[in-house]
This record gives sequence, structure tokens and C-alpha cells, in this order.
Amino acid sequence: MNQPNTLIWKQTIPGGCHWSGIIRRGTTLRMTDVDGGANAAVLLFNQEEKLERYNMADTLKSQHTFRLTKGHACHSDMGRIFCCITADTAGWNDTVCGLSDADLTQQKYGTARYQEHRNQMFRSGLDGMLIELGKWGLDMRDITSNINFFSKVTTDASGELTFQAGNSKAGDYVDLSFVMNTLVVLSTAPHPLDPKTSYQPGAVNLEVFDTPPEAITECLHISENTRALKNTQHFYCGGKNESA
Amino acid sequence: MNQPKLIESQLDPRHAIIDEICAAGEPWVKVVKQGQTFRIVDLEGNQAVDTLFFNAHNALERYSVTDTIRAQNKLYLTTDSKLCSNFGKVMLTIVADTCGRHDTLGGACAAESNTVRYALEKYPMHSCRDNFLHALAHDSTCHQLHMSKRDLPNNINFFMNVPVTEEGRLEFDDGISAPGKYVEMRAEMDVLVLISNCPQLNNPCNAYNPTPIQLLVWDQRSN
Repeated sequence: MNQPNTLIWKQTIPGGCHWSGIIRRGTTLRMTDVDGGANAAVLLFNQEEKLERYNMADTLKSQHTFRLTKGHACHSDMGRIFCCITADTAGWNDTVCGLSDADLTQQKYGTARYQEHRNQMFRSGLDGMLIELGKWGLDMRDITSNINFFSKVTTDASGELTFQAGNSKAGDYVDLSFVMNTLVVLSTAPHPLDPKTSYQPGAVNLEVFDTPPEAITECLHISENTRALKNTQHFYCGGKNESA
Repeated sequence: MNQPKLIESQLDPRHAIIDEICAAGEPWVKVVKQGQTFRIVDLEGNQAVDTLFFNAHNALERYSVTDTIRAQNKLYLTTDSKLCSNFGKVMLTIVADTCGRHDTLGGACAAESNTVRYALEKYPMHSCRDNFLHALAHDSTCHQLHMSKRDLPNNINFFMNVPVTEEGRLEFDDGISAPGKYVEMRAEMDVLVLISNCPQLNNPCNAYNPTPIQLLVWDQRSN
């Protein structure tokens, strides 16, 4: 699969922390679960018009899927694709369980304040997202159903949800190959359904590299993705080499 | 198997304080007060009713699919389901349901998503998001709450059947609703109800035939 042989930058996000930044079209963001069992909650926005954002419903129904993995694309609410998932070694990323908030974190793990614990304090997914969104003039209104990379939640016929522990092992990674200039907002706080009783969120490594040629053809076997990519090309006023 | 909780209501439509028809493909906006009971009737069967709820005093607080799914650890809605806000509060509780299952995942149709799902030429067709935006542009309560597209999250699809398999596939199954089926909920706070009675003409789930719905509201002491 893709090799980061054109590495542009890399950064480690410790467990429980948060990050945001612009990932350019034509580049790939690789997220690596450093120790296994990490969760990377992610929201996506069009850098030029942040009202355009990742849309869970449009993403799921256009690809007839509940889980996201290699071969799927992350769709915006405007009929375009932010990125294609061009590698996924764990095989399942949760789309519906949302973020841990301060109440949930306190109930599950107790309290660990900055005053006693410094940067090992317990942080929630929602609070991390709100801080990052604030840096870009965004707020609570801009929080919709996020993707929880590395986490697997299945459902039975009655709709009952089960968190599948052990989905992601140390070294597992997900590649997001971007076709739009995208604001990526990320939290590495625990998945809200993770049954672990101690607060030990895993670190996630971020690496950005040039997307290898043809990589995004991976998700074009779904004709809905081909049409959404066409809409994306129209947005950037071109049709040539947009996929690279 | 699905375990729908089929519960009939004891409320008498003759005592309702609001009893309105929303025509096929139209939006509908109303405030339902805490303690009031709100019913949606699928008059002709398998009509998708795309529905959002907002705190009637602060639109920053709104229905949240992720909070709702997490609160019950369930994907589908039926009697006893609590519809939760992005602040983690219960907005409404479903108290009666003769259909048995309602969708939380399918969201609303839009001109843009129609181009992706069906064909690029489908852009001009009427859609649920057009209905939502039309309502935001014209409704006085939406104006007072300063609502805009930014305030539109993923909605509930009452009467739609969108099962998920254990392997993670999303299916759009034939409806399990039928003429006269209804869902009824008690408001646990003052809520603004924003509905698009779905105008989708490309999807077999409504037999390509959008139909009217009936909306009723009862006061706490009306029965």
C-alpha cells in the first residue's frame, strides 16, 4: 500500500489530547495507533467554506455502510468527498457513537485535575473538539456525528450496540487521502463506549505525505463516490489530475 | 429479531389543541411545550418524516443522533426511546408507537446528496434540506432563534426502516409502516419541531409517492 516516502511532516498526539490543522488535497494523512486501543475522533470541514462539513448520514447512505474502512470515502453535506480511505489495517471505524463529554469522563474515570495531574489530567472528547473548533471560529453548532477511527462498534438485529475491544493493535494505521483542502479536527480521548475503567487513552501518530498516484481509485468502485468526486472536481474548477 | 414496542395511545384526537395536515413534500414548524404530547400520523403509509428538535429557547441545544444512540445503546427508535440533545438532556420520550421502528441514520435528502446517490442531473429536484432551509427563511420562531444551515444536524426519519447488519452493511428495506400508523412523544422541555415531509421521488422506500401526514398536539390535561 501507500508508503510515506514523501513525508511532509509528522507529529505525535498523546492520548486524551486534541489537534487541528489543514490537510491539502493531493496529500495523505496517516494516523497510526501507537500502542493499540487508541481512538481518534475526527470532524472534517471545507477550509474555504466551513459550513460544508463531514456528514455521517450522506457518507453512510451513499455507500450503504455503517462502518468505514479502506475503499470508502468521507462525504460532505454538499455532495463532495473530503478524503478517500486508502488504507486501514484494523478494518473498522465507528461512525455513530459520538464523543465522550465531561460528565461521562467523570462518571467513568473519576476526576484528575490539572492542579494535581498537570498534563495527565482527564480530558473529554467534546471539550477537546470545542477547543480546536474555537481556533477556527467554530463552536458547538459545528459539531455533528464524528468518525471514531480505530474503534469498532457492531449492532445486532435489534439495534443493540457492542463495543468490540481489541479492534486496533499497536502499529495499525488508517490513510486518509484528501481530495479537498480540509480542516481536520481531532481528539484522542477515549471512545465513549470503551468499557475500560481506567483513563488510559492511546497516542496517535500523524504523518502527512504526497498521495501516491492512483491511490484514490481504491474508492471509485462505488459509483456514488465517482459522482461525488466529479462534484469535487467542479468545485476546484477542473477535472484533470484532481485525484492525485 | 427486531423488538418493536407496539403501544397504542389513549389520547383522543377530538381533544387535541393542534390537529393539522402537512401535505406531501412540505415543511412544518411548531413549538411543543414541556408536558405536551405530540403525534405524527403516517396517513397513507411508508412516508418518511424527516424531523429535527431544538430547545425552543436556545437553538444551540438540538437533537443529537450520537447522544440519542448512546443513551439507549440502540440504533433504532420505538416506545420508551429517549430523544436526547447535544447537551445530553432528554428532549422528548416516545410514549406510543404503532409502527415499531424509526431510523436514526439515513439523514435528510438534499439537492447535493441526490446528485451523489442517483445522478448529477437530479440536482433541481425538491428535497428535505430545501424544506428545512425554506422553513428557516420564513418561520418567525426560527428567526428569533437566529437559526441557519449551521444548526441543521442529522435528523430522525420517522417511519423509515434502515437496518444495519452485524457485518456493518446499511440496508434500505421496505417500510414496515402502513396507513394510519403513528408515533407519539411527550416533550420533556419546550421544543421547536422542524419537519420536512420528505419529497424524495428517487427512492423505492416510499413507492416513489410522497404522501401527507397528520400532526397533533395535546395539552397535559386534555384527556
